[in-house]
Amino acid sequence: MAGRAIVVTSGKGGVGKTTTTANVGTGLALAGRKVVLVDADIGLRNLDVVMGLENRIVYDLVEVIEGHCELRKALIRHKQLDNLYLLPTAQTREKDAVTPEQMRDLVAELREEFDYVLIDSPAGIEHGFRNAIAGATEALIVTTPEVTAVRDADRVIGMLEAYDVKDPGLIINRIRPDMVRRGDMLDIDDVIDILRIDLVGIVPDDQDIIVATNRGEPIVLDQRTRAGQAYQNIARRIEGEEVPFRELAESSFVNRLRRLVGIGNKRRKAN
Amino acid sequence: MLGYISRLFGRQESSRTAKERLRLVLVHDRASVSPELLESLKEELIEVISKYMEIDVAEMEVALDRDDDSVALVANIPVRQVKRNLAQTKH
Repeated sequence: MAGRAIVVTSGKGGVGKTTTTANVGTGLALAGRKVVLVDADIGLRNLDVVMGLENRIVYDLVEVIEGHCELRKALIRHKQLDNLYLLPTAQTREKDAVTPEQMRDLVAELREEFDYVLIDSPAGIEHGFRNAIAGATEALIVTTPEVTAVRDADRVIGMLEAYDVKDPGLIINRIRPDMVRRGDMLDIDDVIDILRIDLVGIVPDDQDIIVATNRGEPIVLDQRTRAGQAYQNIARRIEGEEVPFRELAESSFVNRLRRLVGIGNKRRKAN
Repeated sequence: MLGYISRLFGRQESSRTAKERLRLVLVHDRASVSPELLESLKEELIEVISKYMEIDVAEMEVALDRDDDSVALVANIPVRQVKRNLAQTKH
């Protein structure tokens, strides 16, 4: 059976698409699935850096599509997880270097071999976006609890519908419980009420994400962090598991305390 | 803290303001994204109204009108004639 092809998109830039792709993909790989991450942001390559694989790139997506190299040769295996791969994009080309049809064929080929094909979409709703969604059967919409990001998410949800990618899942990123509590940030219910799509995850605003990106290690590998747990929960929900939304219930204080005394899951390594 | 203080002075929580603004903006966004929506609404309106009166379909206008804090569906439908035997057709 062909694997699931999920595009991660948002409309607005800077809301965390790439981080989400990296972490959800890594989370699915931790759950034992065979996963490939596809960087569809041609010209603005970044997924490799978030994954810590930037030094291993030899070939890229555009070279594969143009027939200059075999798909297999362009895939980079993750350092710790041998069931997690990255197909990097080209850095010195432009979005129109590939067509939606070519992307559709490429993703179809990947779906033959992988359980999950996660496609990191560029910001915007132009050519690059259409490339990114071309082969996708499902979508994850990433937004932050801000007026601008939610508005753009709404637009993208409409476009996905027009392109026949149905029932996208929603990830609300960078929520700050303290600001929600004092009424200075849209809360989860507000965003769902407005966008009216299924919630798949809530990711708290967590400084550890920046640290993780600095190191090139997806934060989901560190289950002691709030964001890491949130991403693992998203992966489990995508797998069909019912996971209650406890992301906000647990205070950061408890986590800090836990980390201090070293309780909680140890960093998971691949076996 | 700022939130509590501003509420003391009668200012609305900024998240409320955000939600209301978003709602209004999206009414318009969604309508302009799909002119088909207004078009099919118009067709159904014609169908319903025609049961009761004869209208000038060519001159009919249906649009979303936006005020500062509300959005209204404004329909301008010129009536040519009202059907006389409405009472009978109804029963």
